[in-house]
Amino acid sequence: MTRPFNGMRFSGALALGAVLLFLLGPFVVIALAGLSAGDTLAFPPQGLSLRWVIAVFGMDNFRASFWLSLQLAIGSTALALLLGVPAAYGLARYRVPGRELVRTLLIAPLIVPGIIVGLALLRHAVIPLDLGVTWALILAHTVLVVPYAVRVVTASLDNLRTDVEEAAVMLGATRLQTFFRIVLPNIRSGIIAAFILGFVTSFNQVPVSLFLTGPGITTLPIDMLTSMEFVYDPSIAALSALMALLSIAIVAVAERALGLSRYV
Amino acid sequence: MSDAFLDLQGLSLGYGATLAVPALDLAMAEGELLALLGPSGCGKTTTMRAIAGLLQPRAGRITLAGRDITRVSAHQREVGLVFQSYALFPHLSVFENVAFGLRLRKVDAAELQRRTQEAIAMVGLAGFERRLPRELSGGQQQRVALARSVVVRPRLLLLDEPLSNLDARLRLEMRSELQRLQRELGVTMMYVTHDQSEALALADRVVVMREGRIAQQGSPVDIYERPRSAFVARFVGFENVFAASADGALRPWVEGQPGRAWRPRQVLLGQGPHEGQVLGASYLGESVEVLLHTAAGPVKAQAAPDAPRRVPGETLRFDLPIADAVLLDE
Repeated sequence: MTRPFNGMRFSGALALGAVLLFLLGPFVVIALAGLSAGDTLAFPPQGLSLRWVIAVFGMDNFRASFWLSLQLAIGSTALALLLGVPAAYGLARYRVPGRELVRTLLIAPLIVPGIIVGLALLRHAVIPLDLGVTWALILAHTVLVVPYAVRVVTASLDNLRTDVEEAAVMLGATRLQTFFRIVLPNIRSGIIAAFILGFVTSFNQVPVSLFLTGPGITTLPIDMLTSMEFVYDPSIAALSALMALLSIAIVAVAERALGLSRYV
Repeated sequence: MSDAFLDLQGLSLGYGATLAVPALDLAMAEGELLALLGPSGCGKTTTMRAIAGLLQPRAGRITLAGRDITRVSAHQREVGLVFQSYALFPHLSVFENVAFGLRLRKVDAAELQRRTQEAIAMVGLAGFERRLPRELSGGQQQRVALARSVVVRPRLLLLDEPLSNLDARLRLEMRSELQRLQRELGVTMMYVTHDQSEALALADRVVVMREGRIAQQGSPVDIYERPRSAFVARFVGFENVFAASADGALRPWVEGQPGRAWRPRQVLLGQGPHEGQVLGASYLGESVEVLLHTAAGPVKAQAAPDAPRRVPGETLRFDLPIADAVLLDE
């Protein structure tokens, strides 16, 4: 059986291809450039080798900033969850005055450009309070991640009927026992999803960190940005590809295990 | 102090700006099985939530087994509640669902094991201990909810529409199951329903509620045979309500005035002092339901299936025997 030519189907495929090229093209270019055997950053690469990928692991400055980024991502996401989970619970279950206003404020860092958040934090929090670079970064990244924590946890709270909590109370559980024994286990996958989103957001963060990193203490993306100004070898491309792969791997694992896309 | 087991005195309940129950007085004896019956929005569920402690009353007092529990928080009331949706803990097995209350009470391991197994066996779910709620049918979930509530031996067990989510066959089964449980455990039980047959079949006493007030209370036979108001009469199937006229003529019943009421099967078709026009006739298998239009309002009659066929538009004589009527105060 032959299929009639379908113009819609063809143009649909074309559009999809264009979008994929636009989204994935840069990644392919960077990845190939990082696999170059040559000494300068170039595309197409001059021969293929793992030379620069291996070299990246030996660079002290990147190693230091990678550890800071990792600790920062884990620390600020954990802190954001510690604040965001109770906030989401309170907003979902209690009649808080000005609930919509609080919700909007909690989502604001998602909408306000990072440059503005960074500058505002620097001028009005970091400098007046004389915070060190590490604390400033933790504060800023926590602020950025809280919206994800609140949004994702709210979505999974919406799936948990309130009468399930009331049933626990009727069996003799206090509000706190109900939260830990009934609510938390049932929103666990939402919390893990929020953690992964928060982690990736913090780990790849540039605009806010730009204002807050200082001499000797810097995150990996900022370190890479500054290196690009005076280093011309393919190590940056190799490192970029590695970071992208790390993010993709984390999100892919989360999607397989939890269905991350349900929450975002 | 009254000697009632559960005593509600002047209970006033509401949500936000709405007052659902203005001032309710209701008493229950120990071991009684009471049904709160009424249409949706009559305040029956609100009343139950207040007894459970999930809703703080605006005024009034709740006493249970001699203790004033009005200000006692829900988790310390020793009142069990079986939710209409069952509200099982989705992440816990049947065993852990039932054991939940015992774990909170720090019952020692051996006793916990024994009492949980006993409760699961009592509702006929032995062998299902390790299943998760989503792996059970609706009827099985309800049994788990029931076992979970009774295992902690509440002084009072509340059930919210316990049969409404089950199909007809399961409903019958669960009904006798509830009666058996109540006999075996001797627990005082109150359940809420909008279904009169459910209330009549199960309860020792039926309390009919309307707009937050008690319309009538009594034994199922009392309620079914001797409704005192048009509201209760219609609720238990006396669908033909007319004014209680001295001359026997049919006149529309007026809210608050005395009336007479007949069930559809008490209407005699084909002869009698009244006249109506057939609006429609539906064949129901065991009977035919005929709807008549009269000057005083519609009349619903039930005829034998082999009675003469009635066609819409036909004028028909009928009788509402005064001797058969139930007299209504209002």
